Order: sequence, then C-alpha cells, then structure tokens
Amino acid sequence: MNTIAKHLEQKGRNNLSIYFTSGFPELNDTQKVIEELGEAGVDFIEVGLPYSDPLADGPTIQDSSTIALRNGINLDIVFDQLMSIKDSNKTPLVVMGYLNQVLKYGEKRFCEKVVACGIDTVILPDLPMVEYENHYKALFDSYGINNVFLITPNTSEERIRKIDEYTQSFIYMVASSAITGAKGEISDQQIAYFERIKAMNLKSKLIIGFGISNHSTFSKACEYANGAIIGSAFIKNLQNNGIQGIASFVKGIRNA
Amino acid sequence: MKTKFQPDENGYFGEFGGAYIPELLYPNVKEIEDNYIQIIESEEFQKEYRGLLKDYVGRPSPLYYATRLSEKYKAHIYLKREDLVHTGAHKINNTIGQILIAQKLGKTQIIAETGAGQHGVATATVCALMGMDCTVFMGEKDIVRQAPNVARMKMLGAKVVPATSGSKTLKDATNEAIRYWIQNPHTFYLIGSVVGPHPHPDMVARLQAIISEEIKWQMKEKTGKENPDTIIACVGGGSNAAGAFYHYLENEEVELIAVEAAGLGVTSGESAATSQLGEVGIIHGSKTILMQDEYGQIVEPYSISAGLDYPGVGPLHAFLFDSKRAKFMNATDQEALDAAFELTKVEGIIPALETAHAFAVLPKMDLREDQVIVINLSGRGDKDLETYIKHLDA
Repeated sequence: MNTIAKHLEQKGRNNLSIYFTSGFPELNDTQKVIEELGEAGVDFIEVGLPYSDPLADGPTIQDSSTIALRNGINLDIVFDQLMSIKDSNKTPLVVMGYLNQVLKYGEKRFCEKVVACGIDTVILPDLPMVEYENHYKALFDSYGINNVFLITPNTSEERIRKIDEYTQSFIYMVASSAITGAKGEISDQQIAYFERIKAMNLKSKLIIGFGISNHSTFSKACEYANGAIIGSAFIKNLQNNGIQGIASFVKGIRNA
Repeated sequence: MKTKFQPDENGYFGEFGGAYIPELLYPNVKEIEDNYIQIIESEEFQKEYRGLLKDYVGRPSPLYYATRLSEKYKAHIYLKREDLVHTGAHKINNTIGQILIAQKLGKTQIIAETGAGQHGVATATVCALMGMDCTVFMGEKDIVRQAPNVARMKMLGAKVVPATSGSKTLKDATNEAIRYWIQNPHTFYLIGSVVGPHPHPDMVARLQAIISEEIKWQMKEKTGKENPDTIIACVGGGSNAAGAFYHYLENEEVELIAVEAAGLGVTSGESAATSQLGEVGIIHGSKTILMQDEYGQIVEPYSISAGLDYPGVGPLHAFLFDSKRAKFMNATDQEALDAAFELTKVEGIIPALETAHAFAVLPKMDLREDQVIVINLSGRGDKDLETYIKHLDA
C-alpha cells in the first residue's frame, strides 16, 4: 500500500501536510526542515524540487526556488540529502517537481532515486493525464510510484472519476482556480465545491491545497477532506522566523 | 487529410508538441482545442478575418523584388513586406484571427505576452478595435529596450504588466501570462507565437499561413512560378517563419531556412540559438527543443533583439529541425546590425532587429545567379531606432 495512503487511512482526519522548497533558505537546510516538521507532528511532507520556471506556483514558492537554485541545489544534492535521513526520518515524504526535471534527469534514473530514498509518491503538476496514461503510468507502476493528480473547481466529473481510479495515494484538491499563495479565508463558493466533491464518494483520500494558510482555513478544509497542504504560508514563515520558528508555526495551524 | 506537418490528435509534430499543462488550465485549453478548427474553417470567420486583413491590416502585403540587394548578392531576392502592414509587423495576422476566435467563444478579457512589443501592440490594437479589455505581460528588461512599443500599447488602452522574474524577458513574460490565465480562467490568452500547449502552435501557424498563401500567387504573378527556390525567415518562437513556410512545407523542392539569434556567438554563453544549444525539453506547455542545464533548469538566453530572446522554439520548428526539412542557420548581434544597415542603405528599408537576422545569412550562403529567394521581412525597425542610433557611427 502507498505510504501516504496508509498514513491517511490510519489517521483519518485532520492531516496536516507541509510543502517546503529543498535547499531553502540555505542549501543544507533540507534535512533540518524535515526533522523539525517531523518533531512538530506534521503528517506528511512535500519536498519541493526547485525549478527555474515553476508555472503552477505563485511568487512565494517561485522566489524560494530561485534562492535555492542560487544556493546550488540540484536533483543529485536533494537525493543525497534525502538519502542521509532515510533511516532517521519517520514522516512520510512526497516529492514535487516539474516534468522537465524528470525528463532531463532521466525518467528511470529519477524513479530509481525516488524509490531509493524511501519515497513512493510524486507530484508533477505539469504532467497531463493523457501523457500519464500513454507513458508514465506504466513507468511509475513498475517502480511502485504513485502520481498525485490535481483537481480544480473546473475539473469535470468524468475526469475526476478517472483520476480517482488512477489514485493510490491521495487526490490533491485545488481550493480555487488560482496558483499557490496564501489567501487567508475560504469562500462560500469554495465550500460549495468541497461539498460537491465530498458528495461524489470517491474511493481516494482528499487533501486540499492552495490558499490554506492558517488555523481557520486549515480546520475549515479538514471539515471536507482528510486534511490540507500548506505551502506559501510556511515558506514565508521559514523566511521570516527560520528553522527555530517551525514548531510554533505548526502548533499555530493545529490550535488557534 | 492531415499532413506530417500538422499536429496529430494529441498535438504532436513528430515527437514535439503536446499540452503539458497543469490541470488548472485543462478546461481553458480544451475549450480552444474543441473549437478552433471549426471556427477558423467557417465561412463566417473567413469572411470577417479576410475582410479585416484587407481593409484594416492592409493586406496583401507586397512581394517586392529587391533589385539592388539582388545585384549585390547575385541572386533574385524578393522581400515579403510584412513591415508594411498595420502596426508594422506580421504579428497582427495572428491577433486579428485570435480576437475573432475569442469573440466567438464569448470572451471579453484578453491577455498576451510580448517580447519586442510587436505582439503586444498588435494585441492592444485588435482589443481597441473590438472594444475588449487588454493586459500585456512584458519583461522588465524589454520594457526598457522597446520603450516606443510600451507607449503605443498604453495609448491603445492596454495595461502593461512588467515581468520581474528570471531574465525579465520574453520567457518570463510568458510565464506571468500563463500564471494570470490560471488565476483568471475566464480570460482569453492571445498567444503571440507558434509556442505554448496544443492547439496554440497550430492555431497561430494557421493564422500566419496567409503570408505563404500570398507569396504563392504573388510569385506566380511575378515569375510565372509559384515556388521560390529558397525562403528565409528569422526564428524566435517562430511565428513569422511558420507563416512564410506554411504552404511550402510539403514541397521539398523549396528550401526553407530558419535563422536564429546567436547573440554574442553560438558558443559564447550569450546566445539564443536554440537548435544549436538546446535539447528536448518542456517549456510553456510544449515539448520542444529547449536551452537547459544538466538538471533541466531553463537557461537564460541572450540576443540583442527582444523578439528572438527565447530559450525554446515552437514544436513545429523543432520538428522541421529534427527532420531536416528546414535548414537552421544563425546570426550574431553584430551580423544582424550590419545586415540592418546594409538593407537600409541599399533598399531604403529599415528592418526590425529580429528581421535583420534573416538578412544576415545572405553573405554566408553559396548563392546561384538564378536562385530565387524570398526573405520574410517580418517587421519594421522604428521600435529599434534607439539601438540603431547607438551603432550609427560605430
């Protein structure tokens, strides 16, 4: 069973996932951030693979990626960092990057490294379903890797059903038709969308992301899904308060 | 029936193309994919499109026999005068077509990216014409080096938004336009070149194909033959080249030459000669040839001309390069400047810096005296005067 799915199954509700950019704020902070997040009791962690042209990300994550790349981060270093904590880290990890990074690194080599780091879930926001069906599904399946699909308020029911069928980890439910970035509140329109998806009775677990930034948006999202992902708000906090600020940030999300 | 130069059902030209887009954009792109061919091929669209091209844009653009340039290079050189159409470049062929498509789809808010500003001006122009809201994303660096076009866009009522990430040029302006499109799915992204996710490359190529459609009958009228021996066009994303090549793609007897910007030299580290420096990769939703490092990070290109300063190339061109249907050459900043000054002195035509690259390969070619060449004179040089003035006495 997929590692993330297993965790979600055991825990059930109120899962908190944090996205962070590897190699940020400093090149060798990757392991420390994961360790702190684990100690703070985060349910699973998305490890961002910094990309020069992250089309699905907002300015906060884009800026952190630029800084990480300037710090000298690359896929080999990230994989080395993840390998070094493979035994000590107990928090499930997901890697998130862009398809061109996988293509250039070598699809098989990428999969081998991911698996070697004890990871079985990837998010590639610019991997479209048709390419997944024609090529990547077989490749990922052969490595036991599951691809996370995103759905949005504009994704058709037919497509959501198909995604549900392909999903072994979780479905990433985009909170609004917007790129990532802290918003601060959840609208009635978004709630109508959450309820519509909830009523579909999908087999897959649902995690809500995009625009989740504080205790109030996190708990609201958890009413409709198995949990939520926080990215930009965490990166901002990391930038302002450093690694020592991680514990109180996570605490603030969990409890008002 | 589809030719091998038209995209397959998944939007591929050979191995290049496709639609590598986040799920957030899927409905937008799908809406266009489901409708564009039907709209373009409809009688109503054709009537409006061709009517505007004639009366508003000023088409057909002349095919001019360049006597003195021909004498100099000892060949028969014709210039396809896209520089004479409204707004001063071929870009408007595409914007007229796409604004009509946007209208048919019920869109009222238009966004666009621009490099040299020509596509931005052409978009702002058709938005003014149709009373639509217009936002243009432009690299901060390009806003400085193409100031006259920024002023034109503003006068035409467009909002110009600076792209401040990355190299602050065309690539980054395109990123920002796509991001805005994701956040505002009701807008119509009027893309300026044969790049982006399928069906955009094909849609833009079809709308620019008017260039080669005219070349065919104009050549016939002037020489008795539809086909020149050679067609030369500059390539950044590749829209003017796609238009100039389009009706000749299947006719292998016509030599097609695409000229990329070599910047300070192909191997100088400051270049935009994608076919020479790139490898297969994904940019702006399309699998193509891409300038990238060993980890797939996109490399910042460089060219003196903002319109060619792009690290990728349209998927059709990647296929033309890979299949060797087109010959890819390149010209440095200096060679382009020299060619611009030469064309100005010999023919009294000041070309755009982008266009000057196409002329810059003439001295590098082994020309036959009976060789008939068409150079696509894609734009005029008014916007580049500041750069030209700097080099006037140099």
